[in-house]
Amino acid sequence: MASLKKRGAGRQLHGGKLAYAVLILFTIGSLFPLVWTAIAASRNNTRLAETPPPFWFGGNLFKNLEIAWTDANMGTALLNTLVVAGTITVGTVLFSTLAGFAFAKLRFRFRGLLLLLVVGTMMVPPQLSVVPLFMMVAEFGWTDQLQSVILPTLVSAFGVFFMRQYLIEALPTEVIEAARVDGASSLRLIWHVVFPAARPAMAVLGMLTFVMAWNDFFWPIIALTQGGEPTVQVALAGLGRGQIPDQSVIMAGALLGTLPLLIAFVLFGKQIVGGIMQGAVKG
Amino acid sequence: MTDIPSDTRTAAPSTGEEGAAPRARAGAPLADPAAERRRARRSRRYRWDMKWSPYALIAPFFLFFIAFGLFPLLYTGWASLHRVELGTPTDMEWVGLRNFSRLLEDEFFWNALRNTFTIGLISTVPQLLMALGLAHLLHYRLRGSMFFRVAILTPYATSVAAATLVFVLMFSRTDHGMINWALGLVGVDAVDWQNGDWTAQIAVSSIVIWRWTGYNALIYLAAMQAIPNDLYESAALDGASRWQQFRHVTIPSLRPTILFTCVVSTIGATQLFGEPLLFSQGASPTGGSDHQFQTLGLYLYEQGWFNQHLGRSSAIAWTMFLILVLIGLLNWAISRWIRRSA
Repeated sequence: MASLKKRGAGRQLHGGKLAYAVLILFTIGSLFPLVWTAIAASRNNTRLAETPPPFWFGGNLFKNLEIAWTDANMGTALLNTLVVAGTITVGTVLFSTLAGFAFAKLRFRFRGLLLLLVVGTMMVPPQLSVVPLFMMVAEFGWTDQLQSVILPTLVSAFGVFFMRQYLIEALPTEVIEAARVDGASSLRLIWHVVFPAARPAMAVLGMLTFVMAWNDFFWPIIALTQGGEPTVQVALAGLGRGQIPDQSVIMAGALLGTLPLLIAFVLFGKQIVGGIMQGAVKG
Repeated sequence: MTDIPSDTRTAAPSTGEEGAAPRARAGAPLADPAAERRRARRSRRYRWDMKWSPYALIAPFFLFFIAFGLFPLLYTGWASLHRVELGTPTDMEWVGLRNFSRLLEDEFFWNALRNTFTIGLISTVPQLLMALGLAHLLHYRLRGSMFFRVAILTPYATSVAAATLVFVLMFSRTDHGMINWALGLVGVDAVDWQNGDWTAQIAVSSIVIWRWTGYNALIYLAAMQAIPNDLYESAALDGASRWQQFRHVTIPSLRPTILFTCVVSTIGATQLFGEPLLFSQGASPTGGSDHQFQTLGLYLYEQGWFNQHLGRSSAIAWTMFLILVLIGLLNWAISRWIRRSA
C-alpha cells in the first residue's frame, strides 16, 4: 500500500475531531452540487421554482433523461465525446511516450533546443492560437466535423515533458545499452523495454488527458459552431442557451455529461489522486 | 549514442537471427563473401537505425505540434495586424497596429481587463488559502483519508459547462434559489446574483473555487509529504506548537509549490471563459447585461465570433499573452526577492 508508506513518511500526528469536522464539511461542499444536480434532474420545473428547494429525489428522473437524450442530442454528444476523448488520449499517450523517451535517453542534434521549445510553449494559453486554427478548419472544410477538435489537441507538450521526467529515472540507461548489445533494433527496444517501463506514467497521463479532453470547452465551442456534431460540452452550452427551457431537463443533461467521469472517479479515484500528487512532485 | 566504436557495432548484432551465438567466430576467421555482405548490410542498418530513430520518435509529435500549435501561435501575431472578417477569413487587409490602438480606446476592453483581474483575485486567493488548510488537515493521520482525497477532488471531474449550469440554478435570483433560500434562513435578503456587479463576479468565482480547491490541496499535500520528518521533530523539541510548526516549517518548505500554484492559477484566471459565458442569461458572450462579468477570454470570443472581427480577436489574444509574460516576470522578481530576504 503506497498510502501507508507515504503516511509513514510524514508526521504521525492523528487528526483531532476538528480536522474531521472541517474535512466532512468540505466533502459535503464538494459533493453537494453534484448530488443536487441529480435531485434537480429528478424533479420538474414547477417544483424547482418553489420554496424551499427540493432536497430529495422526485419521480421524473427517467423522463427528463429521455428528453435530454433525444431532444438535446445528448446521445450523439456522448458518443462524439467518447470518440474525441479516446482518440486524443491514445494519441497523446503514444506520441508523448515516444518523444519523451527520445528526449530522456537518446542523443541527437538540437535535442536541448527542441526540448526548450516544447517546454517554452507549455504555458502559452490556447486563446493565442484559436483564430488561425479556426481559419485552418474553415479552409479545410472541417467545420462541424470531429477531426477539427481531435487534430489540434492530439499531442501535448505537457505530455512529452511528463514522460521525459518519468523515464529519466524509471528507465536505467544500462538496460537500454544491454538491449542494444543484444542487437535489438529501436522498434524492439521501444516495444519490449520502453513501453513496459513507462506503463505507470502512461496510465496517469492517459487518465489526466481523458478528463481534460472530455471537459474541453473553449475550442470545441468555436470549431463545432453549427452544433451538428456536438461534443457533450457543446451540447450543454446549447442547453444553457435555452434550447430546452425546462431547468430539470437541463440538469438531466448536465448529469448525463458528468456521469461517465464520475463513474471513472469512483472506480479509479485512488489512482487519479495518486497520479495528480505524483505529477505535482515531478512537475 | 551515435558514435559507438565500430567493433561493438558490428560484433554484437552480427550473426544469428535473434542475436544468438556467434556462428561466424566458430568458423574460419574470414567468412564467405555472402555472410560478409549480410553482416555489412546489418551493421549499416544498425547505424542507420541509431542515427535516425530519435528523429522518427519525435517526428509525430513535432508534425502535429508545428501544424496545430506553433504555426497558429505565430500566425495570430500576423493576423492581428490585419483586418480579417469571420465570413471570409482568407481575405486579409493590412492595417498595421490599428487593431491594437482601437483596443486601447475601447472601454469594453478595459472593462474586461478589470473584470479578469478582480475575478481572478477573488477566485485564486481564497482557493489557494483553503487548499493549503485542507492539505494540512489531510496530512494528519486520518481514518478514510483516501475517501476525503477522492471526495474533494471530485469537482475536478466536472466540466465547466455542467458545473456552471448547476451553479446558475443554485444562484437563481429570487428567493427560491438554493443560495438565496439559505441566506434567507440566516435573515439575509435575496440577492440578484446575475445582475449585480460584485455579486455576479463572486458567483462566477465560486464556480472556479469549487472546481479547483481540491486539486490544489492535493498538490500541496504531495509537497508536504516530501518535507523530512525530522524538521518537525526538532521543531517539536524546541517547543513549537502545531500552529508554529505549520508557520515556520510547513509554509517555508512549500514556498516553491505555492509559487507554482500561483502561476498556474493566474494563467487559468486570465483564460476564464466558460464560466462567465454560461453564467449569463442565454449564454451570451457579453458577460451579463452590463458586461459586469465579461472576461478577456469572453471579450475575444465576442469580438471574433459575434462581431466577426477575427483580426481584433487576434489582437486581444496577443494582449493577453503580453499580460501573462508580464505576470511571469513579476512572479520571477517576487520569488527572487523572497529567496534573498529569507
